[in-house]
Amino acid sequence: MTSVLSQERNTPRSFQEIILRLQAYWAEKGCAVMQPYDMEVGAGTFHPATTLRSLGSKAWAAAYVQPSRRPTDGRYGENPNRLQHYYQYQVLIKPSPPELQELYLGSLEAIGINMDMHDIRFVEDDWESPTLGAWGLGWEVWCDGMEVSQFTYFQQVGGHDCQPVSGELTYGLERLAMYVLGVDHVMDMPYNDPDAPIALTYGDVFRQTEQEYSRWNFDVANTDNLLQHFLDAEAECKAILEQEAVDPKTGKRIIMAHPAYDQAIKASHLFNLLDARGVISVTERQAYIGRVRALSKACADAFVQTEAGGWAAE
Amino acid sequence: MPDLLIELFSEEIPARMQTRAAADLKKLVTDGLVEAGLTYASAGAFSTPRRLALSVEGLLAESPDTVEERKGPKVGAPEKALEGFLRGAGVSKDDLEIRDDKKGQVYYATIKKPGRPAAEIIAEVLEATIRKFPWPKSMRWGAGSLKWVRPLHSILCVLSDEAGATVVPLEVDGIAAGDETRGHRFMAPDAIKVTSFDDYVVKLKAAKVVLSAEERAEHIWADATNAAFAQGLEVVEDKGLLAEVAGLVEWPVVLMGDIAEDFLELPPEVLQTSMKEHQKFFSVRDPKSGGIVKFVTVANRETADNGATILAGNQKVLFARLSDAKFFWENDLRVAKSDISQWTKALENVTFHNKLGSQTARIERIAQLAREIAPVVGADADQAEQAARVAKADLSSEMVYEFPELQGLMGRYYAEAAGLPKAVAAACEAHYSPLGPSDTVPTEPVSVAVAMADKLDTLTGFWAIDEKPTGSKDPFALRRAALGVIRLVLENDVRINLAGANAFEPAFAAVNAAVAEASEQEVSEVNANLLSFFHDRLKTYLKDQGIRFDVIDACLAMPGNDDLSLLVKRATALSDFLKTDDGENLLQGFKRAANILAQAEEKDGVEYSYGADVKYAETDEERALFAALDAAEKDIAPAMEKEDFVAAMGAMASLRAPIDAFFEAVQVNADSQVVRRNRLNLLSRIRTLCLSVADLSKVES
Repeated sequence: MTSVLSQERNTPRSFQEIILRLQAYWAEKGCAVMQPYDMEVGAGTFHPATTLRSLGSKAWAAAYVQPSRRPTDGRYGENPNRLQHYYQYQVLIKPSPPELQELYLGSLEAIGINMDMHDIRFVEDDWESPTLGAWGLGWEVWCDGMEVSQFTYFQQVGGHDCQPVSGELTYGLERLAMYVLGVDHVMDMPYNDPDAPIALTYGDVFRQTEQEYSRWNFDVANTDNLLQHFLDAEAECKAILEQEAVDPKTGKRIIMAHPAYDQAIKASHLFNLLDARGVISVTERQAYIGRVRALSKACADAFVQTEAGGWAAE
Repeated sequence: MPDLLIELFSEEIPARMQTRAAADLKKLVTDGLVEAGLTYASAGAFSTPRRLALSVEGLLAESPDTVEERKGPKVGAPEKALEGFLRGAGVSKDDLEIRDDKKGQVYYATIKKPGRPAAEIIAEVLEATIRKFPWPKSMRWGAGSLKWVRPLHSILCVLSDEAGATVVPLEVDGIAAGDETRGHRFMAPDAIKVTSFDDYVVKLKAAKVVLSAEERAEHIWADATNAAFAQGLEVVEDKGLLAEVAGLVEWPVVLMGDIAEDFLELPPEVLQTSMKEHQKFFSVRDPKSGGIVKFVTVANRETADNGATILAGNQKVLFARLSDAKFFWENDLRVAKSDISQWTKALENVTFHNKLGSQTARIERIAQLAREIAPVVGADADQAEQAARVAKADLSSEMVYEFPELQGLMGRYYAEAAGLPKAVAAACEAHYSPLGPSDTVPTEPVSVAVAMADKLDTLTGFWAIDEKPTGSKDPFALRRAALGVIRLVLENDVRINLAGANAFEPAFAAVNAAVAEASEQEVSEVNANLLSFFHDRLKTYLKDQGIRFDVIDACLAMPGNDDLSLLVKRATALSDFLKTDDGENLLQGFKRAANILAQAEEKDGVEYSYGADVKYAETDEERALFAALDAAEKDIAPAMEKEDFVAAMGAMASLRAPIDAFFEAVQVNADSQVVRRNRLNLLSRIRTLCLSVADLSKVES
């Protein structure tokens, strides 16, 4: 099937061009363009630039690409659009501006979607993350029946009411790009410009890793070790948060919300790995999710006691 | 008289909430206006994905003046009481009037309230409406604290009369009311000024917004059916989907597209569900083959290429979705054909309830119970057991994991693919039924056996662990399960003693073995408790069919009351009987006889139950009653034997005239003790005979 967009002007030519255009667009709209968080996460929401920064009273605007891992979605690179490692593009603006929908639509135009030719719809989709103790209301955005983004007004994160409210946009980059570029199989998608001297497809970059990780995720990962790592991360997170606020060495008030949150992220990813290995029963599942949520909440509690969480010395 | 137009313009409102929200807007605003004295001629409410609108016509320009008289404390009452009264009435002491009352002199206040202009009242009512609007889920946005379903952008509030239109001054959390709205998000996004409801509807239409959801739905349905008809096809009707889709668009444009050849072999329900759930497409059927061959999607705009790009995009998405569905279907078929029982085994890891064990354990219990029930419902026990074992297998299939609403149906397809007997495959689908009062009841014996076993296991299980429904809480849908059993029994005329050896007893034995808790004593208590739950559900069920509670109680008091078919047969006959003249009078006669007997028995300390002899009869009426009772007894006993309650009650009816005549002519408490006792024993024959049919003492006259 050829691209439904190929007749239109201004169409990007590669996966990376779509990312670059989004970066440029949101930079121009005033967001701090951040880099991916350097840990394994299940979604862009886990980046502290979203989870933690959506808490407290301070204004915030950030945009970034986040590599995301969902071990159970691995298909050895064979499924046309399922991957265990993929990219999300994430935008978080606090407080949510009144024209956020228009800003969002502008980003679709920026990547070559002509609003005069397509049918864009905001379809109810309430978002909830049991592991983050977070929920919000919003939509999934459809372009010609295809879900291209999630649009959420955060109401609660880590058990705290969001005040002010953050507006969050999440684009599933591969799916969106496949649509814009008219590609049917993710591995066939041009990664860089197809006319570049060394033209690379998504498959050139990621087919091998999808195979390797699928095998490891499903069959090889040592579950005893993973379980131990989970327990270690959980214990470390708690231990960090139990420390006195005032650092005995510097005498400064240093609450270690971020290091603790790293451990919560780790625990969450380890849980996902254990899940992919099929060693977590249905009943246990809820219990594990509850344990990760408890960590996320404790980190949120800690963050709102820090300066960026809006805490101010009396 | 002025007209009022209100529009609350927001980001996209979930489709499922729109209709209710429009109705709520109308109710809250008009109730508030009327309460403040502002009556109106008519009102109508509307919704689109981005707006709720209300038009109120023929509104009073101002509320009428009111005068209220209020009685205060007595003259000379404590100063505090008087102060309180003045404060409450909003008057000063000089305004009070003293009147003579029965108990002395009392203060009276006359409170005059001048009428208020409509705009003032509207502003108050609308603000209160917005602040307390009953959205099922609402949210905050930005830095504000106002709650709405999604961010609220503007309020339009215009009062118009012959003189022109004015904006009602009003502000809610920084959003000031005005006379502007916006058209279609993409096709006509500019601001539009409006002066009245008619003006609003016309200008919106010009700006590519159809205000009425009904009109949008009609338009969609008409265009869709026309497009299908033109190709000799028909759209599969789906009112819920139509309403939802009408709530997703302001300017509906119907597009019909093809389903790729590769997918036409999928079961039609799978195509339909996948297209509906994921894409909100209507299915288009070929009436000749019955297969789903095309789809209809509804876009929210017109385009220069007449929707070609939009349709191509939708088709592409559908292709990916159906590829998934096909993948699931083919994988599932492979498993089903090789060994469908592995799916049931896999359910070992699925907990049904932590006290009642896994799904697999539950299936084992249902299989055993289905065997017990099978002979009673005319099913083959082996087939019933086999069906129970496979009925929930599809819960492990990929298709049902993806589309839980296809459970049962997929079970049937997969059981057929596995080459299982037709009755077994049918039970996979039918055993969940009836799911509600309007769902059809299975009639195929194997399906009936498994459906009953499934529900009885659920009920006895939750009774055994004491998780009964309380008040409005029924998280495990146990009332529905009990009603399901009741309908299965009644509509198939199943004769089963629920509390006995084919139902509760083995079911409780099995769940108690699983829970390892209840003692002997408890089992019988729990059994009785569950039966009385069934009786309560049955009463509600029969009441809807016009049978009174007391009539059912009269039948519940009879032996064999856990045989619901028998119970209902009796109750129906009794209910019909009591609606006749004979029935009503016989009931009076029975009550009179029973009362006289009860008094005499209490006084004499004996029970009159035997020995009435016609030779002591003194009057013709007495002798006639003896004869009538002899005749009725002769008819009733065999009728009861055959459970022919209509005949038994017909025979009872023949007693009416002799009993009436007897009471008319005969004094029961005769001077002669022999005669008196004989008459009391005669009355006792009436009592015994009537009670053998139903406990008439429970029936209210």
